[in-house]
Amino acid sequence: MILTTNDVLNIISNISEVIETNRQYLTDLDAAIGDADHGINLDRGFKAVKEKMPQFLDKDIGAILKNVGMVLVSTVGGASGPLYGTFFMRMGNVVSGKNTLDENDIVAMFEAGLSGIKERGKAQAGDKTMIDAMEPALNELKSTLSEGRGLKEAIEAAANDAYNGVLMTKDIAAKKGRASYLGERSIGHQDPGATSAYLMIKTVADYVDKLQQ
Amino acid sequence: MVGIVIVSHSKKVADGLYELADQMTGGKIRIGRSGGTKDGRLGTNVDEIVEEIKKCESGDGVLILVDLGSSVMSAQMALEFLGEDYENKVKIADAPLVEGTIAASVEASIGSDILKVKAVAEAAKNLVKI
Ligand SMILES: Nc1ncnc2c1ncn2[C@@H]1O[C@H](COP(=O)(O)OP(=O)(O)O)[C@@H](O)[C@H]1O
Ligand SMILES: [Mg+2]
Repeated sequence: MILTTNDVLNIISNISEVIETNRQYLTDLDAAIGDADHGINLDRGFKAVKEKMPQFLDKDIGAILKNVGMVLVSTVGGASGPLYGTFFMRMGNVVSGKNTLDENDIVAMFEAGLSGIKERGKAQAGDKTMIDAMEPALNELKSTLSEGRGLKEAIEAAANDAYNGVLMTKDIAAKKGRASYLGERSIGHQDPGATSAYLMIKTVADYVDKLQQ
Repeated sequence: MVGIVIVSHSKKVADGLYELADQMTGGKIRIGRSGGTKDGRLGTNVDEIVEEIKKCESGDGVLILVDLGSSVMSAQMALEFLGEDYENKVKIADAPLVEGTIAASVEASIGSDILKVKAVAEAAKNLVKI
């Protein structure tokens, strides 16, 4: 299965809708262990992305993703701005000049994006951050693909593991980000950034699931 | 002279701290500031940080002082965007924002180099008040 430039644009637009729908939910999660702005931050960022989308239409996938990253960095305002911004920019770097993505491209993008987040925020799995949704998702994506089960099934499985990662963040204390000020008292609360990361992966899975290939 | 750039989530914090530091140094050095997002929320603004660094660089370097979490990441992104020309001359201090900014501004105003200004800012961590 292959994704085209048009698919990528559709996915970005879907993510922006999903973030808008979950704006309050993500903000409420952040109210419990942070500063009650995660949904507001991301909605601001993805609305700005959506406004810029007409300028992306003639660009290749690498350039589109880099632009999305730049817009997020410029508009989000919270920690998730540089983090998701770096994620999209690094993904864009790996697929510079491409107008289609195959399975290997998608794995390479996700890998580069996640290592960008780790470099930027110096967090790792188990710190109660977005990484706790992303890393299990990436691992599951790779293992499902290596069993030859195809992209649809692999992204679906990745989204499931991202969700399990989100649930796991309830059981651990935050070691990075604002929630780390609460230490042990952050246990029992789900991480907002892990939740938004899951929502994005789930959006990709839902989109790919509807493709006729 | 070394320039100073203040980065905070809050415009009021950035403006107020600018006032304090500027009063201490009597306009002898360039002090820039970025607080809050473009649309007036609490948060950081990478583009503005880039602009402030450019305004404060007179050839001797710029020291950036930051408040919490995303200020550090946004300042680092600003440095990446500025590229090689600024690479060795602009530094981020691992220092408390208020005390570090005042100490660094005074040090810069007596003509010290960027490494000395950064060291003085970072030493403000150990300031004993009582
Ligand atoms: N150093 C970090 N590394 C990875 N993710 C982080 C880091 N710091 C914060 N996060 C993620 O960002 C989310 C908070 O985002 P947001 O509320 O937009 O930013 P802020 O904390 O600046 O208000 C957290 O729930 C967490 O998942
Ligand atoms: Mg927040």
